Amino acid sequence: MDELEAIKVTFFQECEELLADLEGGLLAMQDGNDDGDTVNAVFRAVHSIKGGAGAFGLEPLVRFAHVFETLLDALRSNEIPGTPDLTALLLRASDVLADHVSAARGLGVVDMDASAAMAAELKIATDPNAAPAPAAAAPAEEAPAPAPAYVDAAAPIVIGAPQSGIGDGLDDDDLGFDFQPMTITLDAQAADAAVLDGNVWTVSIRPKSDLYRKANETALLLRELSRLGPIQATLDDSAMPALEFLDPEAAYVTWSVRVETDQGEEAIREVFEFVDGDCDLEIVRGEAPVADVLATLLDVAAPVPEPEPVVEAAPLEIVAEAPVVEAPVEAPAPVVEAAAPAPAPVSAPAPAAPPVAANAPAAAAKPAQIDVPGPGQSVIRVDPERIDRLIDLVGELVINQAMLAQRVGEYGIAPSSNLAMGLDELEQLTREIQDSVMAIRAQPVKSVFQRMPRLVREVANMTGKQARLVMDGENTEVDKTVIERLADPITHMLRNAIDHGLESPEERKAAGKNPEGVVRLAALHRSGRIVIEVQDDGKGINRERVHSIAVKKGLISPDLTLTDEEIDNLIFLPGFSTADKISDVSGRGVGMDVVKRSVQALGGRISITSRPGLGSTFTLSLPLTLAVLDGMVVDVAGETLVIPLACIVESLRPKAEEIRPLGPVGSVLAVRDSFVPLIDVGLTLNYREHSPAATEGVVLLVEGEDGSRAALVADAIHGQRQVVIKSLEQNYQQVEGVAAATILGDGRVALILDVDAVINLRRRGPPLPSDPTLIAAE
Amino acid sequence: MTEPTPTSSTETRELISFRVGEQEYCVDIMAVREIRGWSPATTLPQSPAYMRGVINLRGAVLPIMDLAARIGMPTTEPNVRSVFIVVQAGDRTVGLLVDAVSDILSITDDMCQPTPDIACENVRHFVRGIISIEGRMISEISLDRLLPEREALAA
Repeated sequence: MDELEAIKVTFFQECEELLADLEGGLLAMQDGNDDGDTVNAVFRAVHSIKGGAGAFGLEPLVRFAHVFETLLDALRSNEIPGTPDLTALLLRASDVLADHVSAARGLGVVDMDASAAMAAELKIATDPNAAPAPAAAAPAEEAPAPAPAYVDAAAPIVIGAPQSGIGDGLDDDDLGFDFQPMTITLDAQAADAAVLDGNVWTVSIRPKSDLYRKANETALLLRELSRLGPIQATLDDSAMPALEFLDPEAAYVTWSVRVETDQGEEAIREVFEFVDGDCDLEIVRGEAPVADVLATLLDVAAPVPEPEPVVEAAPLEIVAEAPVVEAPVEAPAPVVEAAAPAPAPVSAPAPAAPPVAANAPAAAAKPAQIDVPGPGQSVIRVDPERIDRLIDLVGELVINQAMLAQRVGEYGIAPSSNLAMGLDELEQLTREIQDSVMAIRAQPVKSVFQRMPRLVREVANMTGKQARLVMDGENTEVDKTVIERLADPITHMLRNAIDHGLESPEERKAAGKNPEGVVRLAALHRSGRIVIEVQDDGKGINRERVHSIAVKKGLISPDLTLTDEEIDNLIFLPGFSTADKISDVSGRGVGMDVVKRSVQALGGRISITSRPGLGSTFTLSLPLTLAVLDGMVVDVAGETLVIPLACIVESLRPKAEEIRPLGPVGSVLAVRDSFVPLIDVGLTLNYREHSPAATEGVVLLVEGEDGSRAALVADAIHGQRQVVIKSLEQNYQQVEGVAAATILGDGRVALILDVDAVINLRRRGPPLPSDPTLIAAE
Repeated sequence: MTEPTPTSSTETRELISFRVGEQEYCVDIMAVREIRGWSPATTLPQSPAYMRGVINLRGAVLPIMDLAARIGMPTTEPNVRSVFIVVQAGDRTVGLLVDAVSDILSITDDMCQPTPDIACENVRHFVRGIISIEGRMISEISLDRLLPEREALAA
């Protein structure tokens, strides 16, 4: 069953994409872009999920998707009007659908009550007149909405008996030839179905080979048609060649289907939406020469995939002729293939589907093609681990190339020599390969951005503000590892912008602004990093208030003079929250300090600028990838260390008068108005026992994740370099004070300093007197 | 897994023997990935004395352990003849710094004697058994126990 599992994995991957499409489409609808294409795309997404889920027998998912789909179907056929409320409902339904998908995948559970309630809501939205009671009471019964109508219209069910004979009859030559159809009429309340002539349609379907090649099948189409009303299908196999001339992969038959439905031609056409172009379709109103029913009848499809009794009772008349008659060998053989293993997800090997459905390929004298339909045929799915391995290898290639170049330099080979020029070319190629490989993992930030409009709406509703989200640069690409970490900080910044940034509509009107505030979310590339900006046109930061709160909470000393910019960035201090009481929205126990810390952990920075009355802008910058790091290469006690650039605030050569001893061993560095503890890296890491005078080295002013600052003393700075991060844990274990390792151009391993750990190590070592102004410097 | 335990005493195993100071030790050949000449290692801070540091082994960061120091003898002063043996220990790959590689031995398990009781704690911990061959005494190293348990350090 490994194969089935593999297909299932593919299905879930597709589900993810489809869910994203669904949400994207719904969001577009919400923005007023509710043209037919969008609604159709949304419908198709749900429909495809349902179809795949049916193939795997994922019952709850199928049921919910079906109800959802029914509503969307009604929407796209303009039976019900699209309203903002409806879109909001659809968005919520898409969440439930996503829950169902996760549950089917074994990740998490679905709140069945919520799902049932949502299903009931969807049904009411589909048909406000339908009695909501049974739906709400029995969520499991999610029969197609139009079904009840057919129950009343009760027409006889015609069941062709012999389909069981198809499989057995492989070698039974005389099976098909003079086979007598049996018609069983099953319904009690028959008779009263006086069908209006105007409701009768004749649909002629002539599938082309492509239809089957794309893993569609006529039985499913007929079944879909039967949802519109009772159908009677007739097969015309006159085009079928003699067996010796028969191409088993070609399509020869034409179906003529009489449909009784109160729905229009459009509804019928929609059934064939997925096979558009792959079959000749003719839809005529009224009775057509269907009447000349051929002698042999065969029931091809059961009513609907759901095995609910209600549905089974739905009357339906499918009369079909089995091509077995003409091609007894060719036709049934594939049946066995299609039904037994499950290589074709679309051909419904699901236990839920009635067994008859599997006979469909036979009826069409065609094996179902094994073809996993995916959006965009040119997309390759690759296990991320393989890409990671490739990235590792390319990283090694870069290092190797650098080493080679260095050796060549050591041997004094002239730069104009062929060897040196060849090396130059190699270097260029290597860099190009590295860029291309990194680009494989790059993804547009769209996947994160498209979750945001809903968030903005919810937060705006909760806070009573009016907000409109404008997004820019959704296609900006960034490494997958970074994408996954973007959502949280963006969410917080947006919440903050609406909750604290925007004024209430009344205030805005009083200030002469549009009552609806605008929040702009933008992504852009800037100097090898990704920058995310969240800008609001609200009132800006109330600096006096921020300052007084910071003083009141003891975060800064009252007499500290701060620039406007410094005051603005006070909101990132731990324990700072301008909301008097923790609000539902921005509060949640997570302040901007936490955001800042998580951003810094990724090697990023976050800051805010504000103009009173005009609004504030959060700027978040992150490296494009987490596989490489920008670092400052320094020398400490003969060892080479890399200090993450994101932590470094500035580097300086201290003057003797700036270094003040504090206590028995410690000393601090005066940086403008504040004092920062001096940490000798060599001493802290036990590289040496006595620290040389700080004036002889270089001082790197660093900022830890919690905002605390320290002045790290190193012997010399080699410069900035981008390094590939290598794990120490893989072959050894974590080492305190060391974040990871890397390999420099000379082939030696250099350690990447864990700045926070170094600060903490120092704190635990010879104790430094604690002084709040040290921590809250600036 | 790295040190397959033979099922019968007549099954032969191959071992690589090497010198640490004046003593001879060996490891199962199946655990040995390669043997390399000494190259200076990057010192790891906050680490026990037997950790010589890490080196770059074709893009991987490989920890180098001074075997002498690990089993309680004075630390090795690496010279040009020093080598390190890259071995697989559990899911980790480490380099063992030794003075010189001697040869490859084929032994059966009945040539292997239990470690004598008089030995010090370290030896009992790291030595699986003692092999007597051609009048030499060679101690087989238990690789599983060489590396310290991975400890998750508090931030």
